[in-house]
Amino acid sequence: MSGGIVAPVRKPLIEGHKTYHQITEDLCSPTERTPSRAWIIAFIVASSTLAFGVFCILWTIWMGIGSWNLNRTIGWGYDITNFVWWIGIGHAGTLISAILLLFRQRWRTGVNRAAEAMTIFAVICAALFPAIHVGRIWVVFYFFPYPNTRGALWPNFNSPLLWDVFAISTYFSVSLLFWYTGLVPDFASVRNRASGFRKKIYNALSFGWTGSAKHWQRWESLSLVLAGLSTPLVLSVHTIVSFDFATSVIPGWHTTIFPPYFVAGAIFSGFAMVQTLMVMTRKILKLEQYITLEHIESMNKVILVTGTVVGVAYLTELFIAWYSGYVYEQFAFFNRAMGVYWWSYFGMMSCNVISPQLFWVKKLRRSVFFTFFMSIFVNIGMWFERFVIIATTLARDYLPSSWSYYKPTWVEIGIFVGTLGLFFTFYLIFVRVAPVVAIAEVKHILKVGGDQYIGENAIHRHKDEHATHHDHHQHH
Amino acid sequence: MRQLNKNVIYGIYSDEELLLSAVRNAKSKHLEVMDVFTPFPVHGMDQALGLEESRLHQAGFVYGAIGTLTAFLGMTWIMTSDWPIIFGGKPYWPVPSYIPIVFELTVLFASWGMTITFYTICGLWPGVSNPQLDLRTTDDKFCLAFDKNDVSESVARAFFNETGAEEVNTKSI
Repeated sequence: MSGGIVAPVRKPLIEGHKTYHQITEDLCSPTERTPSRAWIIAFIVASSTLAFGVFCILWTIWMGIGSWNLNRTIGWGYDITNFVWWIGIGHAGTLISAILLLFRQRWRTGVNRAAEAMTIFAVICAALFPAIHVGRIWVVFYFFPYPNTRGALWPNFNSPLLWDVFAISTYFSVSLLFWYTGLVPDFASVRNRASGFRKKIYNALSFGWTGSAKHWQRWESLSLVLAGLSTPLVLSVHTIVSFDFATSVIPGWHTTIFPPYFVAGAIFSGFAMVQTLMVMTRKILKLEQYITLEHIESMNKVILVTGTVVGVAYLTELFIAWYSGYVYEQFAFFNRAMGVYWWSYFGMMSCNVISPQLFWVKKLRRSVFFTFFMSIFVNIGMWFERFVIIATTLARDYLPSSWSYYKPTWVEIGIFVGTLGLFFTFYLIFVRVAPVVAIAEVKHILKVGGDQYIGENAIHRHKDEHATHHDHHQHH
Repeated sequence: MRQLNKNVIYGIYSDEELLLSAVRNAKSKHLEVMDVFTPFPVHGMDQALGLEESRLHQAGFVYGAIGTLTAFLGMTWIMTSDWPIIFGGKPYWPVPSYIPIVFELTVLFASWGMTITFYTICGLWPGVSNPQLDLRTTDDKFCLAFDKNDVSESVARAFFNETGAEEVNTKSI
């Protein structure tokens, strides 16, 4: 019964004829082993980078925003480029965990846990930039509307920058709830294998979960509604981020195409980052039987689709700029492609539009090596996209006498590199303390996704096929 | 550790389909099942046990509606009566500008409200140690438990034997 009906075209999602116990063993054991040498080296590198980032942030706060190379027209540089880049990366986690849950895509179970963790860490990195770019971080709580002694003077509710505050904080906290609620039953699995102090910690983390039928029923109800809420939420977040630009009156920013174009780009870059992490995680933690080539290929298909959407959006922008007959709009796009920052436009076009098209080839979609390189390319390309939109546009405003060229200082580069350190430090801690693949959810799909049940190596068959497959039963 | 003051007899099954048919069997014999414990949600179990549908999502709707009203009425009060300011020639009551924040607060209130309700009604919080019958039910075993006040030990043992339980144990929790 729980086998359900699986279309014959579906490929196995769990390889190696796993039993329920083997799944627990494989997925809990990375948290129980002593860290490997590779993990320790990676952790030292990541946390040192983080430490340098913290130093650069303290430098910024101590010396002031003058330690960055922003100027009269270029008010946004690396800070907002990085903010949009990180927030976009976060979107794939919610897409995998929420949208694929609503669409009943079973392959999500192999990657959702790590992707949601990635979302949370990426949003932390993103939220850092608006907080420090205001300059006086000690009054950063002015962002929030609260009864105050200044009148009470409130923030401007017409401003997309304030909408962003609400969008990012809601997104962060809802993603955290969704991720943690999924983790609770898996922490209980870890707890029941542990002893001593470890057991105490995991007992606290698992909230005393027992796996009672009523609890599972409510857990599934909660997960489904959180998925239903997260789906429009994730689309709203990048839409609102794009409003930061689209509601301004800057040529090249003031366009109605921005919301869908930003959301597609966010999913595109987010999946690329999921691929970067998954390719490394499955190798280092030996999870190739849970994060299979099938998963990698599915994600590559998403990258191909969203990359194509992004490409169409770039071309549409160019067409509309020409078709508008508006000289400032035309100049903005001519300047992007042919101006002083032509190299970043070229990087964006080649990494985001041309290179993902190689994923039409099935062999390349299923190549782990190629996927890894492609995921790095896409991450670079999407960073360039934000740089093109921000720096190129601001370096050439309406008044030629104020035209200039923006180059980041070492402080700005240091903060960006530091957020990469933050991201990987948190991710490395996460893989040590929590099961990287959702244990309960993988067990739930074992009988419809395990390679002993479906695919060419299946030894169990569905009931209606029993008559013709007696020979297979000997293996059982 | 929370005390339930119950004497429990429980059987351990190796597969969710065995457990599901055991639960159906118990229902047909009118034996009152205390609870079942599984490592993952087993579909069809709610119906087999006769559990009512969870009303958690209805609570979620109410929380969401509170969020909607909080955002909409809050911004309306601030911008029309507490401190009205003209921003860029826009009206004092710019309803379209409210849409993003109203949406975000709806989602925020619904998610937090539902999640807190979920953990509270399930009795799950950090520091809680709920009694567990068998530690393997978070791994690969499926447990069906009877309260000895509802089902006598001899009836329960016969039932477990008939439905293919691989182990039968008793415990006071």
